[in-house]
Amino acid sequence: MLNRSKQTPAHSTIVAFMQAIISVSNLSKIYASGFHALKGVNLEIRRGEIFALLGPNGAGKTTLINSICGIVNPTSGAISVDGHDIVRDYRAARSMIGLVPQELTTDAFESVWATVSFSRGLFGKPKNPGHIEKVLKVLSLWDKKDSRVMTLSGGMKRRLLIAKALSHEPQILFLDEPTAGVDVNLRRDMWQLVRSLKETGATIVLTTHYINEAEEMADRVAVINRGEIMLVENKVDLMRKLGKKQLTLQLSKPLHSVPAKLAAYQLELSSDGCSLTYTYDVQGERTGINALLEDLNMAGIMFSDLQTTESSLEDIFVSLLEDRQ
Amino acid sequence: MNIYAVRAIYKFEMARTWRTLLQSIISPVISTSLYFVVFGAAIGSRISQINGISYGAFIVPGLIMLSLLTQSISNASFGIYFPRFTGTIYELLSAPVSYIEIVISYVGAAATKSIILGLIILATAGLFVPLQIIHPFWMILFLALTAVTFSLVGFIIGIWADGFEKLQLVPLLIITPLTFLGGSFYSIDILPPLWQTITLFNPVVYLISGFRWSFYGIADVDVAVSLTMTSVFLAISLAIIAWIFKTGYRLKT
Repeated sequence: MLNRSKQTPAHSTIVAFMQAIISVSNLSKIYASGFHALKGVNLEIRRGEIFALLGPNGAGKTTLINSICGIVNPTSGAISVDGHDIVRDYRAARSMIGLVPQELTTDAFESVWATVSFSRGLFGKPKNPGHIEKVLKVLSLWDKKDSRVMTLSGGMKRRLLIAKALSHEPQILFLDEPTAGVDVNLRRDMWQLVRSLKETGATIVLTTHYINEAEEMADRVAVINRGEIMLVENKVDLMRKLGKKQLTLQLSKPLHSVPAKLAAYQLELSSDGCSLTYTYDVQGERTGINALLEDLNMAGIMFSDLQTTESSLEDIFVSLLEDRQ
Repeated sequence: MNIYAVRAIYKFEMARTWRTLLQSIISPVISTSLYFVVFGAAIGSRISQINGISYGAFIVPGLIMLSLLTQSISNASFGIYFPRFTGTIYELLSAPVSYIEIVISYVGAAATKSIILGLIILATAGLFVPLQIIHPFWMILFLALTAVTFSLVGFIIGIWADGFEKLQLVPLLIITPLTFLGGSFYSIDILPPLWQTITLFNPVVYLISGFRWSFYGIADVDVAVSLTMTSVFLAISLAIIAWIFKTGYRLKT
């Protein structure tokens, strides 16, 4: 018995981790204008992960988020949140979700305290001034609690929207482009907040144009374009799979052109002729670095320094979109 | 029932009322007082009694109805239109609240405000003319029923409107004429027979008639008919709102 009771929590944690907290199946949305915003989207978001949704403008990111949150009526398909169908069992599904919309849509005349407390009530939670206070303090809005919303700056309004979304202690937080128009310091604070939320076991779904942030933050990444999910991948795997590395050599003497003997390496010569760049595949069996260095030596090209760089998620993203078009 | 949400929205809406006290309570009271001064005191003294009631007293129920109707509509329509206009409606749509709860809280707050206003106007009227209320229970019932019904109408307008102009359009072009022509200032008996018949298509006639009956025991139409018609308008409004939420009309894309 003792042994069993020891195993159970660990086992259930593993099961809970494996389970999708949000599952989207065959979701399509055609707007009244005829615009096909989502085309048969299938997606599973795991409990406790930070999930990044990447895509260009008009790709369907917001439509997807709004469908899950109940703001957009899907044309077809099903969505469940922690096993609750978002239509049949909307109360259970929605009370788990906090949404931070892309636009700075706030009340104007209410106080910060009133509007955040309102959100908590709206999501069916009894009053808890202690929690509201905590949220406002975390978001550096505590000294503004009695100010009217209209007097806040853009960055404060953004934080206010996050405070509203966190007011009812959601297990899932949607952040739709949360750092758009937010300064560097605030952005860093925000990501710090997201990390600490993840530590409490919350699931976070975000969309962002700042791909480097998704790269830094996300556990998994989905790339969406023209209403279709192009891939869903563990970020590390994605980087490994699509990642290319570049080797840059600083030459001792500038070159006018790349010698013909080295054409096979497809080297790029910088405009000042002082550096050569070699791009290679990390996954490739042979990177070709040894051969390149030997051939350079044979050709009498000396270098003073070398460095390697990995391609960013942004490069991967751009190349992925180009491939499909 | 998400009672916390109903309470939150109701409180939020009532807070708006207190914030805009001047516009929402004081201005209707002032304009109604002006009606009493002009029609009740100045002109009314030259008008003979209607069914044994002085003209000043006769117009009290009609004037309360006039305010009740316009204020119910404007409160409720603004209450739901404003979040649509600013975009904060996203929160309501993504919240675990049922349509019934949304309607109860928004319409309840708008109706509460109108009823308070109606009672204030009644008290104001008491300063100008001698009042009698024969059927106080029915008076309150008609007051509440009308406030709720027209708050529902306002809610529908607030969802239908796609600009501030449309928000004003219905109260201005439909409700005010219907109220003025619905017997606020006269008994429909004094109209020629043809116009009497036409007037019966005006729903406001039934509201004012029933309301006036609760004051003085006199009515243009039978009080049972008044009550039935008021209930029918209530049912129609509820049906339209049910359809709005079922289809997501103007709320969801």
